[in-house]
Amino acid sequence: MFHREAGIYKTSYAADMALYPLPVARWAVAGFAVLFLGVLPLAVHEYYLTIVNLISIAIVGALGLNILVGYTGQISIGHAAFMSVGAYTAANLAVRLDLPFWITLPAGGLMAAAIGTLVGIPSLRIKGLYLAIATLAAQLIIEWTINHVEWISGGVQASIEVPRPELFGYVIKSQTQLYFFLMFFVVLAIIATQNLIRSRIGRAFIAIRDQDIAAEIIGINIFRYKLYAFAISSFYAGVTGVLYTYFLGIANYEQFQIVVSIDYLAMIIIGGLGSILGSIFGAIFVTLLPIVLRLVMEDFGSLIFSEADLRNIIPNLRLIVFGALIIFFLIVEPEGLNRLWRNIRSYFRVWPFSY
Amino acid sequence: MFDWFEWEFTLSLLTNGVLIGLMYALIALGFVLVYKATDAINFAQGEFVMLAAFFGAVMLLSAGAPFWVAVLVTLAGMIAFGFGLERVVLRPLIGRPIVSVIMATIGLAAVLRGVAPLVFGAETRSIVMPVEDAPIIWGPLFISPIQLIGAGVAVMFLAAFTWFFLKSRMGIAMRAVADNQQVAMAMGINVERYFALAWAMAGVVSALGGIVWGSLLGVDVHLALIGLKVFPVVILGGLDSIVGAIVGGLIIGIVENIAAGYLDPVVGGGTKDFAPYVLMIIALMVRPYGIFGKRQIERV
Repeated sequence: MFHREAGIYKTSYAADMALYPLPVARWAVAGFAVLFLGVLPLAVHEYYLTIVNLISIAIVGALGLNILVGYTGQISIGHAAFMSVGAYTAANLAVRLDLPFWITLPAGGLMAAAIGTLVGIPSLRIKGLYLAIATLAAQLIIEWTINHVEWISGGVQASIEVPRPELFGYVIKSQTQLYFFLMFFVVLAIIATQNLIRSRIGRAFIAIRDQDIAAEIIGINIFRYKLYAFAISSFYAGVTGVLYTYFLGIANYEQFQIVVSIDYLAMIIIGGLGSILGSIFGAIFVTLLPIVLRLVMEDFGSLIFSEADLRNIIPNLRLIVFGALIIFFLIVEPEGLNRLWRNIRSYFRVWPFSY
Repeated sequence: MFDWFEWEFTLSLLTNGVLIGLMYALIALGFVLVYKATDAINFAQGEFVMLAAFFGAVMLLSAGAPFWVAVLVTLAGMIAFGFGLERVVLRPLIGRPIVSVIMATIGLAAVLRGVAPLVFGAETRSIVMPVEDAPIIWGPLFISPIQLIGAGVAVMFLAAFTWFFLKSRMGIAMRAVADNQQVAMAMGINVERYFALAWAMAGVVSALGGIVWGSLLGVDVHLALIGLKVFPVVILGGLDSIVGAIVGGLIIGIVENIAAGYLDPVVGGGTKDFAPYVLMIIALMVRPYGIFGKRQIERV
């Protein structure tokens, strides 16, 4: 937020390491809490709440991917596949064994983490391009397996219907209820990531990203920490998959195709690599983009194009804008929206002086 | 009786695999050329091929040009595209981490997949080559003339580029650029020009790949999916080796066809899209630099 400190008054390590060092930041967080937990779900129409829910799910996934790509410097083009692993694990457990969501959710996450770690093993020997191709292969192989093994996919259409999540005998079915359900996990994911990055593990991740050889010399076991990164990141992905499954009420492999992997990569690049706020910005931006594009085209597109053309144009336009934005941010602002936000903030911090 | 049948079946799978494999090699060549010269990885190779096929199809169908004119226009269009792309997207990314280049080409792939149907229309078109449609029957084998032409073009190009890199002045300069950019600059080689040239060469290869594959599969957005087959080919063969592209292409083509012929009845279809990636994962674990690639792989 736009706050100005008058100096540094920290007298203890605890104060220095606090997540929110200034009172104004704590007040801002409290204000956001009131806005998101009280005002928003009550004041906003159900349709918009659906969009907010989609954003919530995307935030969890983007945070996970950012741990791997942004903080550890590894690359994964297979994240959607890890999500599908989580989704199908949870769906199978929920339908076959009739387990509640608080068991299927971590189970889906853990299963995804296991598969993700397996995919991450080649990262011991290979990096950069090779890792990108290995994860791409993982995406295609997992997609194929889920689609072709009926024991996992539930046969027809490769989709499994899941019952609504239940909490203390209370079924979560409306969008408002889902909103609170999802918001809990978003807050949990943000806090967990924030603390992970400040911990020994997070510091090791950053060291590996910045200079892997130097990291090894100062005693970081690179292989182990890379696998941690893959495991944690795919755990988030698995949880994202489970949340999405409960949100849709159905587990379907079509929701986790390679395009989705690229969407998530777009989120963290547009939002900002190696930044929590960036993941959130990116998730909001990329989720809203197709919706806004569709609305704009439906309202104003008919001035230029015919109805039939419009239906053809909208999905393609989404692809074009996505790709162009990825390229644009990579070339012009590699640190993404987060950097833009910080620039604005630091401008206003010293306003009206230039520094 | 049964044994004889199996033998013939295998033989036809093998022939088909070899022809398809050479056509894969043609596309993989575009990837290898760029990687060899600029160290950049082109995740949009399949989209290049798709774009070229659209060029060709539009020239043939909408403009009604004769076949050879369509081929020339496609070539010219793809060369211009290669130069433009290098200038606008890839040059600003020189010196950035490898992940940035990968992501930029992924973004590029998305843009191309969105632009092509908007500009050229979404319906599937066909490229008709001026050859007989009927398969050539040779003993027990049925060979499609289109595949034969595709394989022929591939062999021709592979030979031409091998000569180019080994003997021609430009090819040697390009190898120097790939080997060490700073030293190449110090020797008076215009590095940026060779980067642009490499992308234009990838455009040339994609132009022919697009016409050959387009006439085999039909031209629409799904043509871009063969780009995904490029990765197993180049990983197996070695990322920077032209011979590797051929050998990798042959291996993938044969494995794919044999797998489809023998495993599909067992697992119920789709092995064609699956077997190459399993092979690639094994290759990545055992020999990540490929059969012919240089061993200088970044290790941790």
